[in-house]
Amino acid sequence: MATVTAPTAEPGTTTGPARANRRSDRARSEERLGWMLAGPAFVVMVAVTGYPMLRAVYQSLFSYRITAPDEREFIGLKNYTTVLTDSLWWTDVGTTVFITVVTVLIELVIGFAFASVMHRLVFGRRTVRTSILVPYGIITVVAAYAWQYAFALDSGFVNNWFGLDDFAWFSQRWSAIAVIILAEVWKTTPFISLLLLAGLAQVPVELGEAAKVDGATWWQRLSRVTLPNMKPAIMVALLFRTLDAYRIFDTVFIMTGGAQDTETVSFLAYRQVISRTEIGLGSAVSVLLFLTVVLIAFLFIKGFKTDLSQVRGNQ
Amino acid sequence: MKTRRSSAGWAIACVFIVFYALFPVLWILSMSFKTGDDINNGKFLPSNWSWDNYDTVFDTSLFTSALRNSIGVSAISTIVSVFLATLAAYAIARLNFRGKRLILSLALAIAIFPTVALISPLFDMWRSLGLYDTWLGLILPYLSFTLPLSIWVLSAFFREIPWEMEQAAQVDGATAWQAFRKVIVPLAAPGVFTAAIITFFFAWNDFAFGISLTASERARTVPAALAFFTGESFFQQPTAAIAAASVVVTIPVIALVLVFQRKIVAGLTSGAVKG
Repeated sequence: MATVTAPTAEPGTTTGPARANRRSDRARSEERLGWMLAGPAFVVMVAVTGYPMLRAVYQSLFSYRITAPDEREFIGLKNYTTVLTDSLWWTDVGTTVFITVVTVLIELVIGFAFASVMHRLVFGRRTVRTSILVPYGIITVVAAYAWQYAFALDSGFVNNWFGLDDFAWFSQRWSAIAVIILAEVWKTTPFISLLLLAGLAQVPVELGEAAKVDGATWWQRLSRVTLPNMKPAIMVALLFRTLDAYRIFDTVFIMTGGAQDTETVSFLAYRQVISRTEIGLGSAVSVLLFLTVVLIAFLFIKGFKTDLSQVRGNQ
Repeated sequence: MKTRRSSAGWAIACVFIVFYALFPVLWILSMSFKTGDDINNGKFLPSNWSWDNYDTVFDTSLFTSALRNSIGVSAISTIVSVFLATLAAYAIARLNFRGKRLILSLALAIAIFPTVALISPLFDMWRSLGLYDTWLGLILPYLSFTLPLSIWVLSAFFREIPWEMEQAAQVDGATAWQAFRKVIVPLAAPGVFTAAIITFFFAWNDFAFGISLTASERARTVPAALAFFTGESFFQQPTAAIAAASVVVTIPVIALVLVFQRKIVAGLTSGAVKG
């Protein structure tokens, strides 16, 4: 922070010493102000995420249980081999990936449909937007309870309405996962539809009209004009929702508690640390969870060329 | 003819979206008024509407203390987070300083960070630092997880502000700070509101930290307390009581959405619209 500008700022070395000097003073004070303003946020972010994550990496190299602190010993990468050779880990990864992919695909379609409706709405705009923000703002745990009670054998109305008698949704793996996905889709579609709505607003109206004049069908206009022009918005919405869906925890915790092989990776990490107090093993799961998320983000940014600088229109 | 048919189509689409968004909320509301045998009547509505569950909930210290904790922790997190994010976003949008890219990449990294991965190190650290089961122990992670998005939203807003106005203010003798406070802050207010609401929703919604970093009524927040209703403190089935508690904590969300609907949507969309 102390050394600021290039040596050209020294008086006499350039053709315009006074000007260069002034600029360097300005640059220096700007730099100081910049760190004064952004510093506190930076420190909080590093202290509560960066440092603990490094600590988790360190802890993951030990066999360490809170209930037996004296038996803590360095075991290298053994926690990782334990996790990666356990079929439970791979079942959980499979469940998480399945929930993520299905959830994101369904809500991309519904979200786009909602965005198209909201985009063209003239009347009732306020009502629609207000109501769509309710699932977005509602507590995930509350949403999970609402859907669980709706499908439950005792308190639910779903079986009654659809004549399913005593079909126990939560005692089979796939039906439980279906309800989990339903709850997730309901809760997070508004977010994706608002991002897509922003993307729709970026598509020049003239393009669609020109295509219409030229006789393009509804589908041609959608696939050749609207969607390509929305690509940045779609990719960003996909990236954020995929990462978010992969972290799924609350809904599973409330609905099934991880029973019937519905446990997700986040839930596994939680269970190792909090229920079993296995700090070492839990840290290894946490680090693996983190690495998976980094990998997904990397695939999106490099593989699908998701340009994050385009998120909010600063192209 | 065609326009009339299509406008009827739009009206149906609207009604469908509203129904989609509110249906589960109405269900949990209806559930919260059920008592006794009604709870398992397999119907959407109760046959007997009753406020009993609300009485039960507000008589339970597990819930009232959780409500107090949730309100306190969320409010403090929101105010501090938005304040810090506003300063940082201004610096990022307006000033040239080294480390800017570092801050932005860090913010991005945290935005994609899996929250649960932090439970293990924070659980361990907070216990040794005495932050376990305290408000501060929750506020700190909430801050660091909401700062990135707030910085993001706010710097997008700051970039669109007509900067000639700030320069004009500085030409007229205002300092950089005055130009920031008097010119930029009012223009950026919609962005600040958006950031505040998103932050509040995050803190209000959080469950993972709430159950792992608290142990008692001292700091346990509502989402975590809801999960612990089961089997504890209720002789009867807790279903309807949980529904009533759920309705209570959904009221602030609906109130915020009703009052700030335009600001939330504007905050999420305007940056992209202006391009």
